[in-house]
Amino acid sequence: MTERRAESATAVTLVLEVPEWPGHLAGQHVDIRLTAEDGYSTQRSYSIASAPDGTRLELTVQRVLGGEVSPYLVDELMPGDQLELRGPVGGWFVWQPEQQEPVLLVAGGSGLVPLMCMIRSRRAAGSRVPFRALYSLRSPAELLYGPEIRQGTPGVDVTHIYTREGPQQSVRPPGRITPDDLARHGWPPDFAPTCYVCGPTAFVEKAAAYLVLLGHDPERVRTERFGGGED
Amino acid sequence: MTAGTPADTGIPRDAEGGYIDGNALAGPLAELFAVDLTAATSQCAHCSNTGPVASLHVYRQAPGLVARCQQCGQVMLRLVRAPETVWLDMSGITVLSIPVGAD
Repeated sequence: MTERRAESATAVTLVLEVPEWPGHLAGQHVDIRLTAEDGYSTQRSYSIASAPDGTRLELTVQRVLGGEVSPYLVDELMPGDQLELRGPVGGWFVWQPEQQEPVLLVAGGSGLVPLMCMIRSRRAAGSRVPFRALYSLRSPAELLYGPEIRQGTPGVDVTHIYTREGPQQSVRPPGRITPDDLARHGWPPDFAPTCYVCGPTAFVEKAAAYLVLLGHDPERVRTERFGGGED
Repeated sequence: MTAGTPADTGIPRDAEGGYIDGNALAGPLAELFAVDLTAATSQCAHCSNTGPVASLHVYRQAPGLVARCQQCGQVMLRLVRAPETVWLDMSGITVLSIPVGAD
């Protein structure tokens, strides 16, 4: 690990230098294995946040209360430390610059990470495919990549959905994502977008079901669930 | 329905959030296979539902990984990593169709 960057009170971006990194597709993840001195070992998957860039790799990790791996990564891992990782892996929840159809990204909390990788990879590849993103989060304090999202990217529209507490100027009252949010800020189904939904399991189940209800082809709704509670 | 306690839903709280999905099988399966199997389509031996391996419901509370059908909930795949052996039970899958690109 070469650098760490706080993204919010509970999330950190780890910058890794991985010798012989073969490159990755947007949406792929790595498995990180931690082994204790007594030999006990455990592993977790973390989405890649950065666009392909040689042997440099960024992961954004959200601290999970009572978690076995994330508290160590968020609070204790320091530049110069070594990590055991496997990857890149995953070939289904990916976006590739050759894709021509519009894209809808739906993120719950730190489910934004692989979707941000798609936005960054789109920019890095010079793709002009239109992206729309709905980003559901509890409150402004949990916002990831705030400055980068505020700065904006031509062709990428991002809508924030606050579930508990929104900023003062926010028109939409706080509350969980609804079919109306997805209809208003997503794409009409006849544009045949590919939809990528990532977040806590309950969030993903709900958002994916809403998209199908709105008429999106279930085969065009790709999901990644990471367990935990709902945002 | 009155909102409030988890009991209202009839579903235990940890059963709701207790699984992740087949995307998490990508790493453990990559240790064994040359192609990514999470992008493959699998057919359930119990209900014949087909869908991507990435969409299976995966439970990791067991001493390994247990993947269940997203339709009927029956076990389709089990994977246990012991120090020198990997145990892979795919008896819940009748067919895997694996994209390999043009020949």
